[in-house]
Amino acid sequence: MADGTLPPVLTSSHPIGGLTPLRMTGVRLVRKGQVLLNIEDLTIGSAGVTVLLGPNGAGKSLLLRVADGLVRPDAGAVTWGGLAPDGTVRRRIGFVFQQPVLLRRSVRANLKFAMGISGLWDRRKADRALEDAGLAGLGDRPARVLSGGERQRLALARALVLDPEVLLLDEPTASLDPAAVAAVEGMIGRAVARGLKVVLVTHDIGQARRLADEVIFLHRGQITEQAAARLFFADPRSAAAKAYLSGLLIP
Amino acid sequence: MQDFGAAFRLAGHLLVSGDPDLLEIVARSLAVSLGAVLVACLIGLPLGALIGFLRFPGRRAIVVFLNALMGLPPVVIGLLVYMMLSRAGPLGPLGLLYTPTAMVIAQAVLVTPLVAALARQTVETLAAEYDEYFQSLAVPWHAALGALLWDGRSALVTVALAGFGRAIAEVGAVIIVGGNIDHLTRVMTTAIALETSKGDLALALALGMVLILLSVGVNAAVMGVRSRAVEAGHG
Repeated sequence: MADGTLPPVLTSSHPIGGLTPLRMTGVRLVRKGQVLLNIEDLTIGSAGVTVLLGPNGAGKSLLLRVADGLVRPDAGAVTWGGLAPDGTVRRRIGFVFQQPVLLRRSVRANLKFAMGISGLWDRRKADRALEDAGLAGLGDRPARVLSGGERQRLALARALVLDPEVLLLDEPTASLDPAAVAAVEGMIGRAVARGLKVVLVTHDIGQARRLADEVIFLHRGQITEQAAARLFFADPRSAAAKAYLSGLLIP
Repeated sequence: MQDFGAAFRLAGHLLVSGDPDLLEIVARSLAVSLGAVLVACLIGLPLGALIGFLRFPGRRAIVVFLNALMGLPPVVIGLLVYMMLSRAGPLGPLGLLYTPTAMVIAQAVLVTPLVAALARQTVETLAAEYDEYFQSLAVPWHAALGALLWDGRSALVTVALAGFGRAIAEVGAVIIVGGNIDHLTRVMTTAIALETSKGDLALALALGMVLILLSVGVNAAVMGVRSRAVEAGHG
């Protein structure tokens, strides 16, 4: 991953003809006269971790939502392996939000609901997912009384237990302490090692350095740079990315 | 003041001794109001949940209308139900006027908007919270609605209790459609009104005490449900 080597080839049970690459062409989103997103051409491949990096308000989270079909652009096309992001496609994509949306139920019941929707409920598999998330023994606890780190790991486990082909993560470690960040990153790392494609939004440069195989830098709703992580961090080409990496405050 | 003191003592005696007339009125009041709340919940909960969950043209107007219905005076509802059930009304042939069933109908009409409006609010708040997650999982609408009702169950129980509180304390509608007939349609509130007008304060006070106890009980139940929900992380 961050050392420049790509993770192993996909080992998931999904058939060939999967959802990657993600392609966006001519995607444009305007609200109240302000251009929030303007993506001329974007392709995200099938391997490793792609990090969407940029300052607050750059359009990173919005791009992720447009990619998942949660927000419909005013213009342009979004496809996953040639398919539009409709409900069927969305069920093959995992999405973890910055503020995890947990049902007012027990930890295990949260997994049960997600798996039940896809007709995949399997208690042993759910318990294995909780174990992987470091939540073994908390299955019967109400999800909403968990700590911030536990909540985010539960949200991640709930997404991973569905065996998604792609995992979209919207700042999953924002407002978590270093230990909680390490636990979440550990889960992401293990999932990637199993061959899962991850698209991660962050404005944490350190996290991007640790996890990214590829970086897409956004500024004011536009992609200013897309490069392999090593190249990006060694020699960013766009002025905005240079300023951002050097710690300057960019508007 | 001496009369008041005597009335309180007599009221206490009626309660402690389990006066048959008093118990009959209390039992009828509970039966009518619980029946009305049951009907109101069967109609109001799904109706409110659907309005809170679905997005359709004119929804905002319906919400405003529903909220306005919550404030309808019971006597107006009593009058409307009376006109429906009276011999010349569309439901006249059913012969329900001045029966406990008529009182259940009137209270159900009174309470249903309250239940629907509060259920709408509960489900709408929860739906907004769950919206993106449900979309990302492509949850079918009926499964989403079921999940919202289940996860909002604590709040919905308090909605039902609020409905019961309104029904049991109401006098205007039931006195019009029930007629306050002894041993048939007399309930606590109508009996209090009658006995007070007759100057027989003891029975009125005894029934008033039962009403206050019920009110305290309902509020305690609401608080209990809420605190349990918060403790369980469901609030």
